[in-house]
Amino acid sequence: MFEGMWSYEHPLSAQIRRLEEELDAVFGSGTSLTGTRNIRSLPAGSFPAVNVASTPEAILVYLFAPGLDAKAFDISMQQNLLSVSGAREIQQEEAATYYRRERFNGEFRRTINLPDDADPERVEAKYANGILTIRIGRRESAKPRQIEVR
Amino acid sequence: MATQQNVTQAPEKSSGSRQTTQRNESAMRPAVDVFETSDGIRLVVDMPGVSKEHLRLQTEANTLTIEGELQFEMRDGMEALYADVRSTLYRCSFVLSSELDISQIEAILKDGVLAVRIPKRAEFRPRRIQVQSG
Repeated sequence: MFEGMWSYEHPLSAQIRRLEEELDAVFGSGTSLTGTRNIRSLPAGSFPAVNVASTPEAILVYLFAPGLDAKAFDISMQQNLLSVSGAREIQQEEAATYYRRERFNGEFRRTINLPDDADPERVEAKYANGILTIRIGRRESAKPRQIEVR
Repeated sequence: MATQQNVTQAPEKSSGSRQTTQRNESAMRPAVDVFETSDGIRLVVDMPGVSKEHLRLQTEANTLTIEGELQFEMRDGMEALYADVRSTLYRCSFVLSSELDISQIEAILKDGVLAVRIPKRAEFRPRRIQVQSG
C-alpha cells in the first residue's frame, strides 16, 4: 500500500549515487555500501570506525577511537581473526542541559577478518591522536618469489 | 570591437568555508556532544587522526566552524581492503547565540577529542543575589 509513496526523486539522489560510484571506483566493490557484507560486519556508523589497508609485507588496521588510553584496548588474534575490544566512558556533566549526545559511550568490540597469510606472531599496535594502528606482518612464504631461469 | 565576456560567478559556498579548503572531497560530520552549563556552552567533538597542526577553528559573525584534516600512516603500494572512513576531512559548524562571548573561546585537543568551551557574556551568567535580613 505504501510502496508508491517514495517514488519521487529526491533532489540529492543523483549526487548521492554519483558519490557512491566514485567511492566504489576508489575502494572497489569489496566495500559496497549497500551489498552483501561479511558476517561479522557491524552496521555502518559503529564505534570505532575501521579501515583496513594492505601492502605486500603487512596488513594495517586502523581503528578510529578517540579519547582513550593506549592501555584501554584489548587486542587479540586467533587464526586470521583480529579482535579489538575496550570501553569508552564519557563523564556525564553535572547540572548540564545536553542538546546533542552523538559520541559513543560504552563497550565496543570490532572483529576483522584478515587474509590467510596474516602472521599472529608479527603484530604491533600503536595509538596516536585517537587512531589505533595495528600492523600485522604477512607470512614470508606467501610473498611471490622471483624464480630465476638458468 | 570589444568582445562580450560571459563571466559565470561560482556559487557562494556556505559561510566560513570559502577560504578554508579548496578540496572537492566531501567532509565528514564528526560526532559531537553539545551541552550547556550555567556559564556557557561546551562542545566535545570526536576527530580521530587530527593533530593540532591540522585543526582549524574559525569564527565568522556568529558562526563557529571547526575543520580538521585527519592523517594516518600511508605508504606507497598501500591498497584499501575495507574502509568505514572514506574522507580525510572533518567539518562541522554551529550558529552561536548572542549571549555567548565568542572572543573567549577555549579549545583543547587531546587524543583526537576536541573540547571547546564558549562562555556566556558576564551579564548573562546567573548571579546570586544576597538577601539582607532586617
